[in-house]
Amino acid sequence: MNTTMEGLVLAGILFTLGLISMLIRRNIIFMLVSVEIMLNAAGLAFIVAAARWGQPEGQVMFMFILAMAAAEVSVGLALILQIYHQLKTLDSDEASKMRG
Amino acid sequence: MQWIYLIPALPFLGALLLVLTSRRISKRGVALIGCGSVGLAALVTIIAGLQFMQEGSTGYTQHLWDWVSIGTFRIGMDLRLDALSLAFTFVITFVGFLIHVYSTGYMTDDPDFARFFACMNLFVGAMLLLVLGDNLLLLYFGWEGVGLCSYLLIGFWYKDPANGAAARKAFIVTRVGDTAMAIALFLLVQHTGSLQLSTILARAQELWSVGDPTVVLIAFLLLGGAVGKSAQLPLQTWLPDAMAGPTPVSALIHAATMVTAGVYLIARTNVLFIISPSAQAAVAIIGAITLLLAGCSAFVQTDIKRVLAYSTISQIGYMFLALGVGAWSAAIFHFITHAFFKALLFLGAGAVIVALHHEQDMFKMGGLRKSLPGVFIIFLVGSASLAALPFVTSGFYSKDQIVWLAGAAVGGSAFYSLAAILGAFITAAYTARMVFLVFFGHEKTYVHHPPGPVMMVPLYILAVLSTLAGFVELPHTLGHLTLLSDFLSPVLPAVVTDHGSVALEWGMQGLTVALCAFAIWLAWRLLAAPFPAGLKEVLKNGWGFDDAYNVLFVRPFVQLAKINRKDIVDKLYTGLAMITQRFHRMMSATQSGILRWYVMGIVMGAVIILSVIIWRQYAGHVDIKMIQR
Amino acid sequence: MGPAFYIAGAVAILSTLMVITRFNIMHALLYFIVSLLSIAVIFYLYGAPFMAALEVIVYAGAIMVLIIFFVMMLNLGPQTAGDEARWLTPRIWIGPSILCLVLLAELVYLILQPAGTAGDVITVDPKAVGMSLFGPYILAVELAGMLLMAGIVGAYHLGRQKKKIVHRFLERTSDV
Repeated sequence: MNTTMEGLVLAGILFTLGLISMLIRRNIIFMLVSVEIMLNAAGLAFIVAAARWGQPEGQVMFMFILAMAAAEVSVGLALILQIYHQLKTLDSDEASKMRG
Repeated sequence: MQWIYLIPALPFLGALLLVLTSRRISKRGVALIGCGSVGLAALVTIIAGLQFMQEGSTGYTQHLWDWVSIGTFRIGMDLRLDALSLAFTFVITFVGFLIHVYSTGYMTDDPDFARFFACMNLFVGAMLLLVLGDNLLLLYFGWEGVGLCSYLLIGFWYKDPANGAAARKAFIVTRVGDTAMAIALFLLVQHTGSLQLSTILARAQELWSVGDPTVVLIAFLLLGGAVGKSAQLPLQTWLPDAMAGPTPVSALIHAATMVTAGVYLIARTNVLFIISPSAQAAVAIIGAITLLLAGCSAFVQTDIKRVLAYSTISQIGYMFLALGVGAWSAAIFHFITHAFFKALLFLGAGAVIVALHHEQDMFKMGGLRKSLPGVFIIFLVGSASLAALPFVTSGFYSKDQIVWLAGAAVGGSAFYSLAAILGAFITAAYTARMVFLVFFGHEKTYVHHPPGPVMMVPLYILAVLSTLAGFVELPHTLGHLTLLSDFLSPVLPAVVTDHGSVALEWGMQGLTVALCAFAIWLAWRLLAAPFPAGLKEVLKNGWGFDDAYNVLFVRPFVQLAKINRKDIVDKLYTGLAMITQRFHRMMSATQSGILRWYVMGIVMGAVIILSVIIWRQYAGHVDIKMIQR
Repeated sequence: MGPAFYIAGAVAILSTLMVITRFNIMHALLYFIVSLLSIAVIFYLYGAPFMAALEVIVYAGAIMVLIIFFVMMLNLGPQTAGDEARWLTPRIWIGPSILCLVLLAELVYLILQPAGTAGDVITVDPKAVGMSLFGPYILAVELAGMLLMAGIVGAYHLGRQKKKIVHRFLERTSDV
């Protein structure tokens, strides 16, 4: 088990935890936080890969993930605000009017 | 001459005007447009005809525009005026005009006055296109156009389902023939590369030798079309039912013009029939049998219009017989006289029917000689012509020519002349029976309103014509005048006689006349005599052709349609659609709107993908190192 | 990797576990900040000090603070935490958890394949990252800028609240 593997396993564990949180939570803010956890784990994997190959691309990707997370959080929070005003709840199951 | 495009254009214009303005103009306006357009067309025809004869030209073609143009295959909107089309055009426009004028009186109380005249104008236009068209496609266009108008006008009083059924029957039965004709046109295009009549007739002679199977097939298919349109055996069943339409329609479409389109077609394509002798013989045989069968049926009808309908079938049988033995001009001669006297008879019958408040049963008429003297006289003139009373009627001259040539022409035989003579006997008998039943005896139904001058004047004109029209062509025995056949000679080959003499002709004329007289006497005597009931029933129903067709074609087809009501072939496609729909429902059930389920789907997908990779690695398909590097 | 990695990793996993099991959202967020900080340490260990700084400044500092302020703005009471406790029953979490653990097991199995050369950590200095960002990835940087712009505009547009005006005759909505 070398360093790369260790880092990747850690990333995998964190990602899975985020995923579990995403699946079991109904509170929509918690779901947003879960997404952040998963993004972070993905970023970690990129950094580990960058260290493995000694190439800057991994870190570049992490910066893009960072930018994307920032944009996503701002839009996501605005959406949650709207949902909260419309439905008076943070329960994501309530926002299921678009079912097929 | 350059105005001939006006001849079909005017009625079409009239129809268009009437359709567009139908409910906005008065009856007087409708009548003016309806009659005026046909009247003007008749006027143009007469002017063009006079000019045509003055110039002594053999044919004038007017190219209006290119209709179809695919590569080298061209079909122009070409009209052709020659002796044959001039004869037909004259009859169509002139008789058509008279019938239109008559209709303004006959249909005056009908709420759909404008629709009637629109259809009539459309019919005249289509019929003129049929006879003036220079190529077979244009002819076919007019052919289908008149079929459509026939359908519209038979079902004119569409509120009665029986009329609609009659209209459908006419349309479908003629369609059988039309299909054959369409195939003939395809074959002609395939072999001659053109639908231009002159090209086809010229190419046919160099392309095919006499009796070539291809040309025989084409001729037979054309004959099929003609048989359907002209109500000959075996497609004659629609015409008696077509009498459901208003009487002027019966006069114009189902007596004078449309039903003779078959005669026109065969005369037009005479070259094809000359080089396929078996088809020409078939024309004669069909004509001979039809004229006898229809004549017998006419003898037992009770409905005055059905008598005339069967009589029409029988008379067209004469024309076919003439065409079949090669007496082309004799057929056209009989067409012209028949158009006059049969229109006269139908219109006369219409006058009687209106006078008796739409009573058509002859056994409920009687004694009208005194209450309707004008109608009696003109009806007598028409009947005389139909029965071919000698010397003064046009029917005598035209029919006599056919009777004589049926035996004497090259293609003729003793069987044909026997049929023709027998037919003349039957014709005289049923005509006499009709006249006796309607106008003699004692009065059974009260005359409501005698016909007015609008209806009577066309009748008088037609009465004069059906007497005088015969004198353009006189037999050898009586002056030997051949104005019409000379006139038609550039288009139609002259009849060739191979046997017979003036003495024999005298003999046959004498025999015919004697038989006519005997028939009339017999009709008078047998008027009240009982007729064998079974035979009468068979004859009255037109020899049971309708029943036979019902059993042979209609019922099996209906049965088949019933079996296939739910579209067996479609099952495949509806099944496919159903499966798709079921899958769609299953898929749409996953669209629960609950976000976590969607994430669950993604996770499951990821698990499956990774499992596949691991399994394949385990099975040795993929070296994981390749993925990791 | 030395003990620093294991300690930081353990902290990260533990605090993330705490994030996903808290009922109170504030607690969860604070644990998440701890997790982020430990991950920043791991970044540093993997030769990416600049990224570690960014993680602390942008993620822990900006994004998380934004979420915390947002939650405070919503002014959620103890009822929300109660809802969470009510929702988070074993029946709910056991199935997905097992599924995710299967996924994790597969991932780890694949990661732990013998992978040839066991390279040591190679440090990539921030200069190289900067060169590459504004060299070959300039277009992606532009796109990221646009994305952030869209995020700002979208957040502004979506976040606007309409206030209902009740009038005797007219009923309409207008901006606050």
